[in-house]
Amino acid sequence: MEFFERFALPHPDPMIYASMVAIVVVSIAIVAGLTYFKKWGYLWNEWLTTTDHKRIGIMYLISALLMLFRGGADAVMMRIQLSSPEMEFLNAQHYNEVFTTHGVVMIFFMAMPFVIGLMNYIVPLQIGARDVAFPRLNALSFWMFFAGAMLFNISFVVGGSPDAGWTNYFPLAGNEFSPTVGVNYYMWALQISGLGTLMTGINFLVTIFKMRAPGMKLMKMPMFTWSALITNVIIIFAFPVLTVALLMGTLDRQFGTALFTTGSGGMDMYWANLFWVWGHPEVYILILPAFGIYSEIISTFSQRNLYGYKSMVGSMVLISLLSFFVWVHHFFTMGQGALTNSIFSITTMAIAIPTGIKIFNWLLTMWKGKIRFTVPMLYSVAFIPLFTVGGVTGVMLAMASADYQYHNTMFLVAHFHNTIIPGVVYAMLAGLTYWWPKMFGFKLNERIGKWAFWFNVIGFVLAFFPMYLTGLDGQARRMYTYSESTGFGPMNMIAFVGAGLFAIAFILIAYNVFYSFKHSPRNIGDDPWNGRSLEWATHNPVPAYNFAIEPEVESSQAFWDHKQKKHNLFKGKISKIHMPNNSGIPIIMAGILFVFGFSFVFSIWPAVIIAAVAFFACMIYSSFENDQGRYISEQEIKETEAKFGGDSK
Amino acid sequence: MSQDHSLYPETMPQHPERATLEGKNKFMGLWFFLGGETVLFACLFGTYLALKDSTAGGPSSEDMFGLGLVFIMTMLLLTSSLTSVYAMYHMRNNEFKKMMLWLGITALLGMGFLGLEIYEFAHYITEYGFTFRSSAFGSAFYALVGFHGGHVTFGICWIITLMIRNAKRGLNLYNAPKFNTFSLYWHFIDVIWVFVFTVVYLMGKVG
Ligand code: HEM
Ligand SMILES: [Cu+2]
Repeated sequence: MEFFERFALPHPDPMIYASMVAIVVVSIAIVAGLTYFKKWGYLWNEWLTTTDHKRIGIMYLISALLMLFRGGADAVMMRIQLSSPEMEFLNAQHYNEVFTTHGVVMIFFMAMPFVIGLMNYIVPLQIGARDVAFPRLNALSFWMFFAGAMLFNISFVVGGSPDAGWTNYFPLAGNEFSPTVGVNYYMWALQISGLGTLMTGINFLVTIFKMRAPGMKLMKMPMFTWSALITNVIIIFAFPVLTVALLMGTLDRQFGTALFTTGSGGMDMYWANLFWVWGHPEVYILILPAFGIYSEIISTFSQRNLYGYKSMVGSMVLISLLSFFVWVHHFFTMGQGALTNSIFSITTMAIAIPTGIKIFNWLLTMWKGKIRFTVPMLYSVAFIPLFTVGGVTGVMLAMASADYQYHNTMFLVAHFHNTIIPGVVYAMLAGLTYWWPKMFGFKLNERIGKWAFWFNVIGFVLAFFPMYLTGLDGQARRMYTYSESTGFGPMNMIAFVGAGLFAIAFILIAYNVFYSFKHSPRNIGDDPWNGRSLEWATHNPVPAYNFAIEPEVESSQAFWDHKQKKHNLFKGKISKIHMPNNSGIPIIMAGILFVFGFSFVFSIWPAVIIAAVAFFACMIYSSFENDQGRYISEQEIKETEAKFGGDSK
Repeated sequence: MSQDHSLYPETMPQHPERATLEGKNKFMGLWFFLGGETVLFACLFGTYLALKDSTAGGPSSEDMFGLGLVFIMTMLLLTSSLTSVYAMYHMRNNEFKKMMLWLGITALLGMGFLGLEIYEFAHYITEYGFTFRSSAFGSAFYALVGFHGGHVTFGICWIITLMIRNAKRGLNLYNAPKFNTFSLYWHFIDVIWVFVFTVVYLMGKVG
């Protein structure tokens, strides 16, 4: 019995028990459904063991959307709690847990997989490759992300959620103030998925450097691929910092070391520094691919070449460099002195310059363009002014002395949501809508999409702009309630309504998927948007081998110039294609890591050791496997191509 | 195109480890991996430098470190880097047996290093009661040096697996990149040790 006591919830609540039951019921339903419809084989062979970058991309996207709803539920709960003074919907402890999981889920398990999912699907297509450089490693990355996400998500029903904020500052996150296993979950869930991300970074860099189609010089790459390249450089230099921070946090919490724990000489501020040395580059890991997506969409729907290609690339390089030298702006108030603060204040403001250049480039691309206001374009157009507000408030926060007034207030919360939602989330929705036909062979319904868009924009403005005002008035973030006399009530009510509209937008988007799946026409051809880059030069949905003939590229708008200037993209002829085999190893290894992480969280050492041994055994096993990949025969390719309309381009 | 990657003296490419696309990819991927590892160790070095004087009344680096032992460890590891260079030299000449021999010596030297490191840690613990819980200095010391030791251990397991795996197959274009990847990794571990030696031991004794 004693053994099981550790799994008990430290702060139980009827709602949590209800979700526990719901989780069990849904899991049983899924297992039963799969068994009844005999879909286990299909699931295993086609998805769980796949090494195809397209399928892995889709699995990333599905996970991201699921997590969006999980994080969204947290958000709605917080907005309900704050909607009027002295609400008693959540108590202080539960509020702490909810804002913590909201932050972690949204950044790590929603935004990251969304970005990486789109990268997975699109980058190899944009560079004319058959797959990524290390397909099996790619699968392992995905499954490690997934294991981390699942580990994090079971925390609230087994042992209790973390509650020290997504920034998890010590000493709050140390054993003294966070005695439950919650923060252990934080450490291991992020560790496992973070290592997966690091591997993704390496994989995509090699892919982009080594596997581009003939003729595609670096300066002829589509802008989304450029953004992916730079993002992955940031990943491999930023994520190891998180790895170390998490490792040391684990040592402190579970082995009694004194790195962040002040008793025997550790430094709690050291965590804050490491966290933000990773954390600030992280926000650019999210926003740069978003910039890449907007660049593609704005140029496609303005039907013009992207304005200032070189300055776009240059400004991204500059942003990526600067992003490593601004981290102190997250704790101006925590005592490093005026000189340090001034330096970081200046570097922070400097980021606004390359960002501004990009904004002007997008505007100039649209200038004189023949704009088509499709759903992806609407998001991109809304992004420009909204994101600019986020940037301007960022510069306000970057003024170190003024930051003493609004640091850790709702003003900050408004700022970063103002950059992340119109910046990252809109880009993901725009990218998803834009590339949807590429993935599934039909478009999402434009009318429902536009409704969702307007709910999104109005909901966003109503939900977050009031926070700027209450923040300037001194409403602190991460406080579970406030008194009537503060006068924050009405503004928070507006924010609550906004959050409601926002939630409706996402329900509409989910409905749109369902509706379009049933009703959208399937005869949209291979080029539904009049696209410009290579991903549109193959079929919808893309066959397993991507391109029957390896494309040869002459310009940065390869497909557009193929259509307009009659560049010949496909000069070779069809021959057999080498493809990677499926493998069960990645999902098994990630499963083992899940067990490892879970046992570690609860300090069940025998299981930790067994899992570690099993993990290395898998590594050795796969090194002993003789996997040379397989070939798709010429015959098979010709048949597939014929199905798509005969012309074997 | 056949999947036969065996090497024949007539068709032997100059760099068998980078003759195939997979080989090229592995080569570049490893460099990026080492970039990430560099950041990782940089953080641990930063931690060590920040915390090395927080001894909480326990033993300090001057009290404990003896340069003699650490010097021998350094020599072992540096030599093992050299022997792995010999191994790669023989790989490029398609002399499989000699390559295996030198890799074996590399692994042995690595084990020697590891043995001495374990002895060193045991010495600190038993003689001085200096553990990773003693003080922030202790935590940072064991985190940094132990993490490096973990990398050495991993490297030894890696090369032994590779050698067993390929003992009967001879050299080919499929496994040449694997040996080469290991050798690069091993050099990296060695370079990190040079920094550990300088920053932790030399500066700890002198500075
Ligand atoms: C011109 C561009 C930007 C500037 C000058 C800027 C500046 C700042 C500053 C000074 C802070 C710290 C304020 C405080 O704690 O009091 C901050 C916080 C933050 N920013 Fe930005 N920012 C910019 C763009 C972005 C972007 C593009 C993103 C995300 C995609 C972002 C996400 C965040 C997040 C997540 C936080 C804080 C989270 C927390 O403390 O929990 N920012 N920003
Ligand atoms: Cu920042």
